[in-house]
Amino acid sequence: MSTKEKTWWWVGGVLIVLYCLFPIAWIVSLSFKTTADLANQQFLPSAWTWENYSTILTGSASDLFLPALRNSFGICLIATFISCLLSMFAAYAIARLDFPGKKLILGTALAVAIFPVISIVTPLFNLWRQIGLYDTWPGLIIPYLSLTLPISIWTMSAFFREIPWEMEQAAQVDGATTWQAFRKVIVPLAAPGVFTTAIIAFFIAWNDFAYGISLTSTNAARPVPAALGLFSGASQFQDPTGAIAAAAVIVTIPVVVLVLLFQRRIVAGLTNGAVKG
Amino acid sequence: MSQTTLPPVEKTQPVSAPRGTISDRSRAERKLGWMLAGPAFVVMLLVTAYPIVQAVYYSLFNYRLTDPENRSFTGLSNYWVILTDGVWWQSILVTVIITVVTVAVELVLGFALALVMAKALSSIRPLVRAAILIPYAVITVVSAYAWAFAFRINTGFVNSWFAWLPGVSDTTDWFGGQATSLFVICLAEIWKTTPFISLLLLAGLAQVPEVLQEAAKVDGATWWQRMWRVTIPNMKAAIMVALLFRTLDAFRIFDSIFIMTAGANNTESVSFLAYRQTISRVEIGLGSAVSVLLFLSVVLIAFSFIKGFRVDLSQARGER
Repeated sequence: MSTKEKTWWWVGGVLIVLYCLFPIAWIVSLSFKTTADLANQQFLPSAWTWENYSTILTGSASDLFLPALRNSFGICLIATFISCLLSMFAAYAIARLDFPGKKLILGTALAVAIFPVISIVTPLFNLWRQIGLYDTWPGLIIPYLSLTLPISIWTMSAFFREIPWEMEQAAQVDGATTWQAFRKVIVPLAAPGVFTTAIIAFFIAWNDFAYGISLTSTNAARPVPAALGLFSGASQFQDPTGAIAAAAVIVTIPVVVLVLLFQRRIVAGLTNGAVKG
Repeated sequence: MSQTTLPPVEKTQPVSAPRGTISDRSRAERKLGWMLAGPAFVVMLLVTAYPIVQAVYYSLFNYRLTDPENRSFTGLSNYWVILTDGVWWQSILVTVIITVVTVAVELVLGFALALVMAKALSSIRPLVRAAILIPYAVITVVSAYAWAFAFRINTGFVNSWFAWLPGVSDTTDWFGGQATSLFVICLAEIWKTTPFISLLLLAGLAQVPEVLQEAAKVDGATWWQRMWRVTIPNMKAAIMVALLFRTLDAFRIFDSIFIMTAGANNTESVSFLAYRQTISRVEIGLGSAVSVLLFLSVVLIAFSFIKGFRVDLSQARGER
């Protein structure tokens, strides 16, 4: 590559970074604006303030935001854990064993992945009310599995296919017991795939809005995206824009941290599952 | 191109298969396979197949949650009500417009992004890769708010930044009309999901054999010719997978519309219509019928993709 060409690709790379970060920079900037500044028609605040953060963390909107944050973390972590556990077994079977149901299971996962969420919401809304799961943690964890399980199965089986399973036997030939071979050889090889799958599943659960807004009504189970959606409707503060922006920044922090720490793995997980499989 | 096929893993001896006789092995393996994969399979069916069957059942009733006594079997009349109502066709139109526009733009833009990432120098690559994951990982509601606030008259900067464009002034109300609202909704969707497409396409690019590129170069093919004759045909599978997934995803659009317009000015998508019927109006019967129709539309799209474009997903995914 010539120097000129290199410069162009470099410029392209910088443009991509700007494209990706610009709306985030905007919402961060917005979250630091004072109420008077919100309508200043400028990108940056004229005076920076923590006011919006105190509104949602200790002030009038904290009753709505803090329980929602707790619900989101709890529900998403549990849903991620369950779907990883279930898909660990399924992916092991798909990658390792030869049985006729393989295609059916992967096909079902695909069908569930493209299933319109709202079509599940309608019947669940009625059913959950009848059996008392409406507005509870399990009432969200169960439908979240429809989001997290298919992608977990796909991603994890893609990872498990690449594990050199014969190393387990090699270890046993060298005198390791079955359990030692599994723990010392297979677990370290499989762990990154499981971990990456968990991150992706968590992203997907964390992103949910349709279930959250439809199947909850109070702080008992309402997750953050749904709470954000309702901020505008709440009357306790005049202009919710600043508070929404601050809350948006806070819910974005966990995913940004995960992305920065594990970017290489996440990319591998996303593309393995979808293209290579 | 299916050159990702390493020798099948399952050819190695399955150590954990029960210690039965050799002739029983395949039966034992089948049993073990279902024992391990069964729970996930059953859970998937329970959380989707069961609700959709339930929705089909509800859709045959005139059933309002606030008035459960008067629940009555009405056959297919809910479907008739919906399909003869302009609201349904309006929401279909909006959904199709959003789907076609976003997917088309995302494919082109995503391809450009993938090309840049493929060529990006190693010094900048980790930064680009981290940045590109951000829109993917940010929740849709946050992205919708960011774009809505940027365009709204009272909070935005777009009007003052782009006042030099014809038709844009300090008082341009982007959310005051259907076309401009849809424009902003599409922008937000495109921003959020292009990176995912570009990652899929990047993986597809990596599968194009370098030898073919070199050969075409030696033969004097221009950059465009190589792109159209070598690169794109060789990554057709990746393109199709990206296209199928994004189309189905775009067709289900709900979050952004809820946040940005709440369906005002004829910006209601099919998903939003189903939500409004069920949750806001508690018309379980009608809402279920809309849900079933939405489900059928998605099935129809998936089916026509797989048949029409001959997307062989198992092949595209290197399945055996």
